[in-house]
Amino acid sequence: MSPDFLNLIEVILNGLMAGIMYALVALGFVLIFKASGIFNYAQGVMALFAALTLVGFQTGQVPFAHLINAIFGTNVHHWGDGMNTFLAILLTMGVMILFAWLVERFVLKHLVNQEPIILFMATIGLAFFMEGFGDLMWGADIKNMDVGLPSGGSFWWEDVTKTWAAEGAEYYGMYIDVLDVWAAGIAILLVIALTLFSQYTKTGRALRAVADDHQAALTVGISLRSIWVVVWSIAGFVALVAGIMWGSKSGVQFSLSLIALKALPVLILGGFTSIPGAIIGGLIIGVGEKLFEYTIGGMIGGATENWFAYVLALFFLMFRPQGLFGERIIERV
Amino acid sequence: MKFKAITAALVTAGVLATSAPAALADLVFPMLSYRTGPYGPNGTEFADGYADYFTLLNERDGGIGGVKVATPECETAYNTQKGVECYESTKGDGALVYQPLSTGITYQLIPKATADGIPIHSMGYGRTSAANGKVFSHVFNYPGNYWDAASIIVKHLSDVSDGDLKGKKITLVYHNSAYGKEPIRTLEELAKKHGYELSLLPVDHPGQEQKSQWLQIRRDRPDFVMMWGWGVMNQVAIKEATNIRFPMDKFVGVWWSGSENDVMPAGDAANGYKAVTFHGVGDDYPVFADIKKHVQDAGKAAGDGSNVGSVLYNRGMYAAMLAAEAAATAQKMHDTQEITAAQMRDGMENLKIDAARLEALGLPGFAPEINVSCADHGGPGLGAIQQWDAKAKEWKLITEFTGSDREVIDPLIAEDSAAFAAENKIEERDCS
Repeated sequence: MSPDFLNLIEVILNGLMAGIMYALVALGFVLIFKASGIFNYAQGVMALFAALTLVGFQTGQVPFAHLINAIFGTNVHHWGDGMNTFLAILLTMGVMILFAWLVERFVLKHLVNQEPIILFMATIGLAFFMEGFGDLMWGADIKNMDVGLPSGGSFWWEDVTKTWAAEGAEYYGMYIDVLDVWAAGIAILLVIALTLFSQYTKTGRALRAVADDHQAALTVGISLRSIWVVVWSIAGFVALVAGIMWGSKSGVQFSLSLIALKALPVLILGGFTSIPGAIIGGLIIGVGEKLFEYTIGGMIGGATENWFAYVLALFFLMFRPQGLFGERIIERV
Repeated sequence: MKFKAITAALVTAGVLATSAPAALADLVFPMLSYRTGPYGPNGTEFADGYADYFTLLNERDGGIGGVKVATPECETAYNTQKGVECYESTKGDGALVYQPLSTGITYQLIPKATADGIPIHSMGYGRTSAANGKVFSHVFNYPGNYWDAASIIVKHLSDVSDGDLKGKKITLVYHNSAYGKEPIRTLEELAKKHGYELSLLPVDHPGQEQKSQWLQIRRDRPDFVMMWGWGVMNQVAIKEATNIRFPMDKFVGVWWSGSENDVMPAGDAANGYKAVTFHGVGDDYPVFADIKKHVQDAGKAAGDGSNVGSVLYNRGMYAAMLAAEAAATAQKMHDTQEITAAQMRDGMENLKIDAARLEALGLPGFAPEINVSCADHGGPGLGAIQQWDAKAKEWKLITEFTGSDREVIDPLIAEDSAAFAAENKIEERDCS
């Protein structure tokens, strides 16, 4: 094969991997929107908060150290060497469940039956609150995320693909980041787990009932409030996974909350209510933006990915407003 | 009743809070800082260094020339609009000089501050041609600008290529903003002179995803990569460079892409990464003992002390030192302790710091000598190359401070400042 053709495959492959990373963020949006009709603006900040909390537990950071030191004149920062990653993940999950309960108790409970735009505005407020709270709790410095996942280009894949090039051609092998491969595997497991949960557990079925019709679910005795806590907890778990993956790439810092911007075109394209839609949408956006940058980007000054993802999503929107996998919009008089 | 009591308490607290600053101090150095948002980690370190140095002067020397210093802080979140709002809300409090720490904010403030008669010090950032004092009467960018940085990096690349860059491929990875685009013109001019091939790869804000750019670099196999980044863009770029196994000693960043924050997330793989700098690294200078004694141990530090000696803390401290020295110069020039913004501008324009003065300040050899003049607001334009030692987790200077290519840069500054003067109908000042 010619190096140009292999380069094209490399771009597509890496686009797929990038798409998986976008889909990880989009999944959290879909879960909450599907169950409660809320577009959760705070999903990106939830990923940031979960990652900050995980690293805080791992490294033995004292939460609110700045505040404690300012009030009591102490000089505490760490309580020890931290804890192992597994325990830290479990504790972080506990924090995200507590967060879900607090959101239901202090925000959602008071906004039942309000217009979607009111709920959306509430999540904007929640996002800003969480960002400030995360800063106060764990500090604004950049933290290293290390949960033991390997990263870097795969030597094996490079060596294998080198042999695909035509003899005598100057080709260095195909690049793929091992961390991206792990992210893809984890995303697949996540989707399988979410599907099994919603199909074969009592809570999962209740969740689907609420997603289909709030009123009908209430009439058969399903507690809307409990379901919201469950859904926000699951979205918190998805946020933790996204935070780990993105945090491993860039360190854990406040720009992590901006990954939500990468999920928006994925949602527009895949639909706000479909878990497979988030994955397929992520893949299409990932491949689309990378291919555009590779083939045309250079001719028009580059850095096209951010805006091209939205152009691509808008294009799909024109033909299928509910997204590729979204529920068909039927208006009855 | 309860609501009324709370409202009354809030109003009282508000009145007390707003009336308090007037009694704080006489010399006001507003801090347009950013401790929040995507660029917060960098902004915090700089702001801590800036605040701690002024606290040191207050605690150790009783201020500048016996007058205490106040540093009212306004959060810009590295947002140009908020930066302008901060400027408008603080300029009436006797502000002597603004250091916005943002090229975008600097661009917006140049006409406003000039009209208000308040000097701006954009140290190593902002509009490069502001180095021409004949056109930019109230803007200073000493001790160096982006074009100096670009030229010094090219000089270093030439040095490590046995003085010959002909036919070499150099790629610039840059933040797709006014800041990131600043060095392009200079690098293009230098390419004509040295015969290297320049490729440009922009990265959109915030730079969290750079796969396309680094795949491109992997395919092109450039001899060197330069970076003009800020915030998360730096960390991701260095991580991606290590992922594709690009040799770190052939990857050189501007001074805003060369802090501990940028290299730490990549771990040991970042070993050997280089950046240009206009000041020393580390905390092996006598001034830090004073900061520890009078600021940290006294519980008056702006941060938790963990940043002291880091690249951006040192830069903030250096910026404060330059402002304090200019204020002291202004006090001497105008024979008054309580200077105005106009007098501060004069002090900045006549700022002279030699090696002996640096030693007296507890910063021997920390930076090159400075000699600002009416015509030259940008000197001396010297820089050194620092390299990251991942094992020791510290930056080391690997070259002496060296000058930029004036033959290329001076005409560019003259051309750009002349265009600005024509566009804004500014008559050049007579600096003879």
